[in-house]
Amino acid sequence: MLRVIKTEEKTAKQMMIIRLAAFVLALAAGGLFILALGVNPLKVYGTILSGAFRSKMAVQATIKVMIPMLVAALGVTLAFKMKFWNIGGEGQIIMGAVFATYFALYHADWPFFILFPVMLIAGIVGGGLWALIPALCKVRFGTNETLFTLMLNYIALYLVAYLQEGPWRDPAANGFPKIPSFAASATLPKVLGVQMGWIVALVLTVIVFVYMRYTKHGYEISVVGQSQATAAYAGMNVSRIVLRTMFLSGAVAGICGMLQVSGSDKTLTTGVAGGIGFTAIIIAWLAQLNPFGSLVVAFLFAILEKGSSVVQSDFGLSTDCADVLQGIILFFVLGCEFFIRYRFVRDNARKAAAVKGGEG
Amino acid sequence: MAQQNTTPNQAEPSAVGEYAIECRGVTKRFGTVVANDGVDLTVRYGEILALLGENGSGKTTLMNMLSGIYHPDSGSIRIAGKEAVINSPEDSMALGIGMIYQHFKLVDVFTAMDNIALGTPGRRLPARELRTKVEGICKGVGLTIDPAKRIYEMSVSEKQTVEILKVLYRGQKILILDEPTAVLTPQETDKLFAILRRMREQGCAVIIITHKLGEVLDISDRVTILRRGKYIDTVNTAETDEQQLTELMVGRPVSLEIDRPEQGELNSILKAVDLTIRKPDGAIAVDDVSFEVRTGEILGVAGIAGSGQKELCEAIAGLYPAEKGAVLYRKENLIGKNPREISRLGVHLGFVPEDRLGMGLVASMGMVGNMMLKTYDAPKGPFIDTAPAREQAEELVDKLSIVTPSVDTPVRLMSGGNVQKVLLGREIVSKPSVLITAYPVRGLDINSSYTVYDLLNEQKKDNVAVVYVGEDLDVLMELSDRIMVLCHGKITGIVDARTATKDQIARLMVGGKEEA
Repeated sequence: MLRVIKTEEKTAKQMMIIRLAAFVLALAAGGLFILALGVNPLKVYGTILSGAFRSKMAVQATIKVMIPMLVAALGVTLAFKMKFWNIGGEGQIIMGAVFATYFALYHADWPFFILFPVMLIAGIVGGGLWALIPALCKVRFGTNETLFTLMLNYIALYLVAYLQEGPWRDPAANGFPKIPSFAASATLPKVLGVQMGWIVALVLTVIVFVYMRYTKHGYEISVVGQSQATAAYAGMNVSRIVLRTMFLSGAVAGICGMLQVSGSDKTLTTGVAGGIGFTAIIIAWLAQLNPFGSLVVAFLFAILEKGSSVVQSDFGLSTDCADVLQGIILFFVLGCEFFIRYRFVRDNARKAAAVKGGEG
Repeated sequence: MAQQNTTPNQAEPSAVGEYAIECRGVTKRFGTVVANDGVDLTVRYGEILALLGENGSGKTTLMNMLSGIYHPDSGSIRIAGKEAVINSPEDSMALGIGMIYQHFKLVDVFTAMDNIALGTPGRRLPARELRTKVEGICKGVGLTIDPAKRIYEMSVSEKQTVEILKVLYRGQKILILDEPTAVLTPQETDKLFAILRRMREQGCAVIIITHKLGEVLDISDRVTILRRGKYIDTVNTAETDEQQLTELMVGRPVSLEIDRPEQGELNSILKAVDLTIRKPDGAIAVDDVSFEVRTGEILGVAGIAGSGQKELCEAIAGLYPAEKGAVLYRKENLIGKNPREISRLGVHLGFVPEDRLGMGLVASMGMVGNMMLKTYDAPKGPFIDTAPAREQAEELVDKLSIVTPSVDTPVRLMSGGNVQKVLLGREIVSKPSVLITAYPVRGLDINSSYTVYDLLNEQKKDNVAVVYVGEDLDVLMELSDRIMVLCHGKITGIVDARTATKDQIARLMVGGKEEA
């Protein structure tokens, strides 16, 4: 029989090796899956890489995919560091997008240099307030933040559905329920061929890193995340810290939503978040809640996503196959965390050892 | 599985004097840590063996191997003369071993007799029959308990009695108790020991795990000593004394005297007036207490665990709401203020809470992060300044000889003694005028305990008002100047530690009135 026991603390190097091994195993397992479909896995993997990098345009597309993942992951990072399980990234992205869209639709006459900061702030406020609701209830009534944030996702989603069928429906779309495309003044220009959201994302990465590592607020987040009793003991106002941090967490997600509508989609649709709020959790977690780690992980995820789309067209594999592949990789990479903390031992071996030792 | 095995003590009557348990060369590793290294332990039927060792010496690991929770990496265990492989608690029970843990394994809403019969093989006895049977066992060893009483209505000592009855009911002849007296009053301890002696007469083998030397000498026939996982020696209790046992346990001669320097300038600095504190569930934790804390002395607080010590300390520190009354510091009432407001009043309050890693420290941070826990907010601007904290941490490492790979190593990876040095050290560095310490030596080895006593005495000499909430009466009586005794949240007496007797304090702990 196998038994699970805790292992001693591993060094950073050992953890790296375990994670790398998990990645290699994931590729092998994914390869078996591809092989079962009758396609050469090496070719598929090669196509993923080349698909993400084969041309300047491909690289630009990869970066474009990466932007929302990174920004959303940064938002999640803030809440998770405090052990506030904010899985409402989807909803916060959407609400940021909704708030920003209001100005894009109704103040399109403003020049870009005014509209851009206004939309950015609107995104921050929208996402932040949406995140503040579960935080307030948690602080006041002790509600469960996981369920609460999750359910708010659906409310936000259906709010967009309502807007596009009702008040914000494009009159020029012949009855098709869609929100009008943004005017040029409300869309982000391209820098180096990619919407300028990438600059915002990079700046945010640095800001979040500095905020968490070097500011009093960041220190408070770490302490509250470790133990609320310790935070109270240190004289911290735990409720205020929870509210503030959740607002910021939602605000960053809101920025993500704003960048999506203004930079990539150039309109608001129900697909604005499209699961990024959940992917962000995985990215932030894999990055060990380190903003620069998120940068790297989000980039890898973007390669996978962009590359798989090329695999789809080149090999005729359906979208679902790409999802399965992603799932396999995630399974291994997340599963390996288990081996960082625990290991298996064989019972029989131990029994034998005990008896042997007894005889000797 | 358990049913197939015939219980050995039924199959072959165990003769007094024969080995009940015989461990030879038992070794157990956890990763790189050797928790037990070639340990020999024997106990005979009709004998009480004390297993003595400091925290982390491997006592509990050894017991867990006997109860089937862990498996030895090597070595042999013989039970009642037969080689035994104990793979689960079930196996252990079937071999006739009964364990009594510090945290009782009882179903709260069941009656005593239901708990006793729970999990025993065979048909369930009708209540009346069961009752007669339990009462019969009680009479046999001189226990008194109402079999129909429910666990949640019982005192700690009654619960322990039920645990013992569980063992007896199953006919188990080997009884292992893990620090059974930690939760008992002195009177209850005496009663427990009387029961254990009775069981010895009836041919049971008893192992009692403890680190209290007085109890070892009182109850045991032989003592097995472990130190850092290694088997040190087994001595006959009649031929040893406290000094020798301590030396064996610590590994070198240690002075057991605790200093008690003269009191300093005695000024009343903190005054609790009619303080009443209620727990969230509505129960009274502290019941209308009034006392004062004076500079230049150590005020000991004695009482059975859970008599309101925790709530009292936390209320003074601004962490627990009080229902009524006041805590006055130079005419300012601290009640209703949070720790930061209290410190803004200019109150230099040091607090070493009972839960060191869960309240006093941030477990995942290193010493640097922990040193600035209470002061991080002091510098102006949005940024933290780690430089002074780092300096303080390094000074503390030197001054208190703290063992840690670096000042950035998470404190949760440090040993208990070092964790306490970090916590107490930080509070002392903040130059408190009142220093409240809750169970500051709990779980610490002898060396670290003495470091703590010395630090507290130093503070007292600096005219700090020190409060020491303790559990070991001997230590309280040697270290404190005055001892305040709590019972069910009430103060039953405040006595002079220099003249009080242990009996007197023990009586106060259970609510007896102070004799005039």
